[in-house]
Amino acid sequence: MSVEIHSVHAAHGHGDMAHGEISLSGYLTGFILSVILTAVPFYLVMTGVLGDKKSTALVITAFAAVQIVVHMIFFLHMNTSSEGGWTMMALIFTIIMVMIAMTGSLWVMHHLNVNMMPTHEMGRMQ
Amino acid sequence: MTINVNPAQASEPVFYLVDEHDHAEGGSTMLGFWIYLMSDCLIFAMLFATYGVLGGNYAAGPAPKDLFDLPLVAVNTSMLLLSSITYGFAMLSMERSRIAATQFWLAITGLFGLAFVGIELSEFHHMIHEGATPQRSAFLSSFFTLVGTHGLHVSFGLVWLTTLMVQVWRHGLIEANKRRLMCLSMFWHFLDVVWIGVFTFVYLLGMLR
Repeated sequence: MSVEIHSVHAAHGHGDMAHGEISLSGYLTGFILSVILTAVPFYLVMTGVLGDKKSTALVITAFAAVQIVVHMIFFLHMNTSSEGGWTMMALIFTIIMVMIAMTGSLWVMHHLNVNMMPTHEMGRMQ
Repeated sequence: MTINVNPAQASEPVFYLVDEHDHAEGGSTMLGFWIYLMSDCLIFAMLFATYGVLGGNYAAGPAPKDLFDLPLVAVNTSMLLLSSITYGFAMLSMERSRIAATQFWLAITGLFGLAFVGIELSEFHHMIHEGATPQRSAFLSSFFTLVGTHGLHVSFGLVWLTTLMVQVWRHGLIEANKRRLMCLSMFWHFLDVVWIGVFTFVYLLGMLR
């Protein structure tokens, strides 16, 4: 308990708002990385060099995930210590909620679609 | 601040803090704004989920392949990415208390943001002109809701940016303005993060469908 109180105090004591450590090199690193991480998926889809659609989809999804992390670190300056760790806690909570909502919706609705009788079959039955 | 319970003086236990410890003005703003962004993230998650469910229901109407122009989307993406780095330059100028440089980079950021909104609007106009209106199919309804909500966020970000430029022009880089610029920085970079999801899941995966 007292440890938490101390860390909040430490955050208060800083003149800058705990998102302090911004630097030119950090922004440039983030920018160059995200240019690469953006250009490659566009190139893959526009030229179709991988051939297989499923593997292309997997690769560009992976690129998006990495780019989101790059933006979080270099542009949003996320770390485990800012605001006494509470920004990270809020982020983790949000990610869990988003995952439950997204996978839940897609899963349930996909099964609904699969189990629905195709319309042309319905037509033949009448 | 720490409740010092010395056994020798423990005859009268202290259960509450007598003095309110001082909070620096705006000391909790950044955390509060971050929590707002997380709630905004949930809104976008719902819209992404809706698009994920409805994105394949074309109702015999146009599919992503017939509508999307990937080179244009690539240009749009680069506009937003460039505006992110120029906002970063504005923040660096702000750290060094250089008002003119801050204003210059904020203006550049605004121009890139304006270009983004402009390109998106012309894309929407083109689609609607071809009959691909939000009413046409479930795919288009969810598409316009998701991408439109993002575009609306960028537009409000531009209004905010203009407001802050006036604030900085009138009052300089005072603590309050620095705090506001940092909030907008988080908002702006957050919108860029959402756009990564949009161009990947809506445009790129849409073209693969």
